[in-house]
Amino acid sequence: MNKGISFTQAFYTLLKRDLQIAIRHKGDIFNPLLFFILVVTLFPLGIGPEPQVLSRVAPGIIWVAALLASMLSLERLFKADFVDGSLEQMLLSPQPLSLMVLAKVLAHWILTGVPLILVAPLLAVLLHLEDNSYGALMATLALGTPVLSLLGAIGVALTVGLRKGGVLLSLLILPLYIPVLIFATSAIDAAGLNLPYSGHLAIIGAMLVGSLILAPFAIGASLRVSTN
Amino acid sequence: MVEEKTATTLVSADSLTCIREERILFDELSFHIQAGEIVQIEGPNGAGKTSLLRILAGLSRPYAGETRYKGEDITRCRDEYNDDLLYLGHLAGVKSELTAEENLNFNLRISGYDDFNTNDILAKVNLSGFEEALAGHLSAGQHRRTALARLWHTNCKVWLLDEPFTAIDKKGVEELEHLFLRHAENGGCVIMTTHQDMGIIGDDILRKIRLDYRFI
Amino acid sequence: MWKWLHSYADPQRAYNLSGTLLPWFATLAIAFIGVGSVWGLLFAPVDYQQGDSYRIIFIHVPAASMSMSAYMAMATSAFIGLVWQIKSADWAAAAIAPIGAVVTFIALITGAAWGKPMWGTWWVWDARLTSELVLLFLYLGVISLYASFEDKVLAARAAGILAIVGVINIPIIKYSVEWWNSLHQPATIKITEKSSMAPEMLYPLLINIFGFGLMIGAITLVRFRAEILARNGMRPWVRELAKAEGVK
Repeated sequence: MNKGISFTQAFYTLLKRDLQIAIRHKGDIFNPLLFFILVVTLFPLGIGPEPQVLSRVAPGIIWVAALLASMLSLERLFKADFVDGSLEQMLLSPQPLSLMVLAKVLAHWILTGVPLILVAPLLAVLLHLEDNSYGALMATLALGTPVLSLLGAIGVALTVGLRKGGVLLSLLILPLYIPVLIFATSAIDAAGLNLPYSGHLAIIGAMLVGSLILAPFAIGASLRVSTN
Repeated sequence: MVEEKTATTLVSADSLTCIREERILFDELSFHIQAGEIVQIEGPNGAGKTSLLRILAGLSRPYAGETRYKGEDITRCRDEYNDDLLYLGHLAGVKSELTAEENLNFNLRISGYDDFNTNDILAKVNLSGFEEALAGHLSAGQHRRTALARLWHTNCKVWLLDEPFTAIDKKGVEELEHLFLRHAENGGCVIMTTHQDMGIIGDDILRKIRLDYRFI
Repeated sequence: MWKWLHSYADPQRAYNLSGTLLPWFATLAIAFIGVGSVWGLLFAPVDYQQGDSYRIIFIHVPAASMSMSAYMAMATSAFIGLVWQIKSADWAAAAIAPIGAVVTFIALITGAAWGKPMWGTWWVWDARLTSELVLLFLYLGVISLYASFEDKVLAARAAGILAIVGVINIPIIKYSVEWWNSLHQPATIKITEKSSMAPEMLYPLLINIFGFGLMIGAITLVRFRAEILARNGMRPWVRELAKAEGVK
């Protein structure tokens, strides 16, 4: 009996398990995506169908819907593991906790963030987004949704032990989402006006790097409190 | 404080106090557990047995006092301790969406092992033929065995088991008892809670730590 | 190096120390706020541009500046609680949160009341107002997280982690809101340039800022003491205290 698993192997083991479970439980992937599409569809019905108005507000609508969809889907990130005791085993495993937390968040992003990015251009067509803005839309979603997952996971980790965490979760994490929202939507606006937006992307990228480094520790500490 | 008998002491509790919902479960609880000991924590429901096990595992933080592993506070040597610790709670992390084999494979790999044959281990807990069954479709006893299978492939010295015999049949309990004895002989220790009587591990071997319900 | 801190971690000592400090904070707070407010509201000269309506700054500015400081204080004590595992520090953080939220709320209300005569509208998406609103949300998050846990020892730790996460994010949020505001600044609104303030206005303002800080300190001490008693209700020293006070 030897303990020969490297950190990378442990990371992939956990990643693979989470993906496997999600594939056998497809609702977890499709429901947030359907929510995203539905919320975006509601806006033209509320605001009116004029293309000029819609194309003006399209970046904001898509991003706000993405924030909400990401938050809703995150709620289940640690729940099942908490209920069946896997979370305790994760905390007691000899592998570093922040690494395993990162694997779980990555699995979650692959399952919910990536489909959202893929479906976003379709919704942008419905909202008459400026033709120049598509690249910026995809780029900001690609860089921004992982930040949402990482920040959101902190809130989820803090509330996973609570019976009614749903509404509380939104109060905890939506304020933290504000900077991503601001820079992402203004990057898309800038692209629509043919202005450079690489600066915005750089800032969102910096947020991604920062949260990649810091969030796993906060998530780990929060999980230790929640399983107490 | 009691003098440490460092050579063989694996786990010790140093004046642990646990308070839940404004109620003191236990106060200033101290003991040492040596290699080779099998310890049963006993007491009525609500006395704090599970809380004590979780504190010993480092999952819960005591209100006061500390748990030591080989004389060192476990919050300071968490990695070494986790490397030598096998904790199985009421629910031991068996995913109902995965098969028995996938569950065992995952649990062992995340504990760091990479040299095992899941079929052999599952055979030892009488789950041959159920390797491909989803854990969600197994009976309560088989579900529990899937979790307990890890005990057959581990080199952890410290075993903390919360009600390990739940839903296990008589023969299974005997097998587990033999396993515990073998583990103790090899220099490990077992700390468990159970309401079940054990046939093979007699009172001469078993050490008991009693927790009483306190009306405060 | 930080060993001296641990002796105050003992709840009973923390309780007694805060009891000794409380009268000082309370007396000084009443004195400062009394002097500052009377001076500011009655004797400070009238502003030539804004008339008497500017006088709300003697409440608004202290509240606004203390809303941020209270958050810093909360996050600092949460950090101490997390790193050195001192429960009293967690409780202190939990004690500050509602006070900070109320001060932030006062800053928002007085800001709106000041905005009505100045800008002709109760609310504008001004960078400072927006950041203050987000700060209020952050406070409310900490408070409701604390309220959601039944075990208050855990509640204080969870709320502490959130406070620390928030404090890392505050500069980012503040910066992004300011930057967003400079992009979207509507042309109709002009924030009056505050030229260097006359000393007759500045002194009462500074006195009130100090007074607000002391007041927050005093209320925190009261809440902190209550928190210690609530968390240690089963301890002998608390029971003796209760007996001495003639409870039951």
